[in-house]
Amino acid sequence: MSKRPAPPLEPAAGNGLLDRRLFLGAGLAGAALSSAGAAAEPLAVPPWSLAPGAPFNAYGSPSKFEAPAVRKWVPPINPATPGIGASRTPHAMLEGMITPSGLHFERSHAGVPAIDPAQHRLAIHGLVRQPLVFTVEALSRYPMTSRIAFVECGGNSGFLSQPLAQPPGPPPDAQSIHGLLSCSEWTGVKLSTLLDEAGIDPRAHWIYAEGADSAGMSRSIPLAKAMEDTLVCLYQNGERIRPENGYPLRLLVPGYSGNMNVKWLRRIKLVAGPVMTKDETSKYTVLLASGKAWQFVFPLEVKSLITRPSPGAGLKGPGYYEISGMAWSGNGRIKTVEVSADGGASWAPAALAEPILPKAVTRFRMPWNWSGAPAVLQSRAADETGMVQPSRAAMLAERGMRGQYHVNCIQSWGINDKGEAANVFV
Amino acid sequence: MSSFEPALVFVLACLSFGALAQAPKFGSPATEADIAAWNTEISPNGAGLPPGSGTAAEGEKIFAAQCQACHGEKGAGKPNDILVGGFGTLRTPDKPAVKTIGSYWPYSTTLFDYVRRAMPWNAPKTLSDSEVYAVSAYLLSLNGIIGAGDVMDARSLPKAVMPNREGFTPFPRGVR
Repeated sequence: MSKRPAPPLEPAAGNGLLDRRLFLGAGLAGAALSSAGAAAEPLAVPPWSLAPGAPFNAYGSPSKFEAPAVRKWVPPINPATPGIGASRTPHAMLEGMITPSGLHFERSHAGVPAIDPAQHRLAIHGLVRQPLVFTVEALSRYPMTSRIAFVECGGNSGFLSQPLAQPPGPPPDAQSIHGLLSCSEWTGVKLSTLLDEAGIDPRAHWIYAEGADSAGMSRSIPLAKAMEDTLVCLYQNGERIRPENGYPLRLLVPGYSGNMNVKWLRRIKLVAGPVMTKDETSKYTVLLASGKAWQFVFPLEVKSLITRPSPGAGLKGPGYYEISGMAWSGNGRIKTVEVSADGGASWAPAALAEPILPKAVTRFRMPWNWSGAPAVLQSRAADETGMVQPSRAAMLAERGMRGQYHVNCIQSWGINDKGEAANVFV
Repeated sequence: MSSFEPALVFVLACLSFGALAQAPKFGSPATEADIAAWNTEISPNGAGLPPGSGTAAEGEKIFAAQCQACHGEKGAGKPNDILVGGFGTLRTPDKPAVKTIGSYWPYSTTLFDYVRRAMPWNAPKTLSDSEVYAVSAYLLSLNGIIGAGDVMDARSLPKAVMPNREGFTPFPRGVR
């Protein structure tokens, strides 16, 4: 028998949000909360309990019943250039903080190169004492570092900076709007180790990083960041990086704009100033209402997203639900996530799932007693630097409607009286 | 127990400590000449631009054969990126911005660099350096940035004055 006080059932914020302390052990058992359904039916012995199952297989894959949990992409604008674009992570069907490697978003400018690791090389040169060339095998001999970190495309959530909440076409959902974010455990060699081995010329202030894809995707990165926490990764979630995510080598530049985490990494050149590549001038720059554009927009600022309920993952009648979502910041750890069920009129703090790691996805959860009436769900994250996720209106007031990149404003999901969720602009 | 053993242990300990005191190094020393085939990026000041030259008239023919199918006649765009025009659309916040080489790109060197490394999309790195200069000249000329007869080479290309050269400002919350 628990001697703990019964969990608070009074709403913590408007429209049925409950106190997150419901999760702290007293549980829901003593609470007069239920969405009780019909009485259970007598249990039958199912066929899979009556015959042996399948033998071993060399590389596992999800249950066939999980077939909808896949990456999706829009057809290419030009069928002649099919490798330009992105596929997106199905957030509403996932939980926790780690994205399965096969569901990590993909972004490529000229398809996925088929790289033979035995022939791949990483060159480090430019303003160094001694230019060096590394084989993949040589890199695998260095001391390894592992960390969990998100990678988010600079173009993720750009949908929220255009004017129509429901434009013509398929209804926007967590996957189509926010699917260019994923989180993995990455393992590799500290870039600082390799740069020190080459010997950094004091005139170097930036590095130029280039991929081996046929588009030679390339970005300039401040040397300080390269020395601080950047990794040359060989492994993702315990296995060698998947081809679409950079096999056999990619950069991890924690918290920084996705395409700075250069995939298929083949060259790092130490340089005095930025190279002004196509992807740091004509793209991935944030055009402001004034006509000027922010350039070198590096950290992805604090952001959160409710993944359940969300469009396509709605509610089945009034009663108790757990709201679940993700929060992350390219500037550090998540400090708080607040949830609103009344379109931002009132807020209550959500429970944060451990571990809360810097520049990684943090899962948040919030108990909710849905009355069956229409609601607008929002989440608002703050990070350890004190930055707070802006409303869409505040973000657009700062930058205008054409910013397109590094969109981190609050997402609003409208819930109608049938329990269906849809993107709304409030 | 032999009295020799502690001395041997001491010597082995010194050897292994010495080996660990130096970080492992597995990079193969190379010369810049070894890396030359990959060393193609072009700096805004023109550093890295190769010999060769081209004009808009030469570039027009190459563009029609190699680029137009994706980028439209005279770079008007569709199905892929528009490359020409869009002037005046950056400062009209209620209308879509048309970002082209002419209206948006701050450096002409980026144009040469990107065409040489990545275009044409289905056969990148197949144009000669003079052909890349020619295509660059054609696109700069269509955008009114250089004259129709101007020759683009390692000296002249970086001097092309891009209209939006001063259009960028560092992200104010970039480094924390």
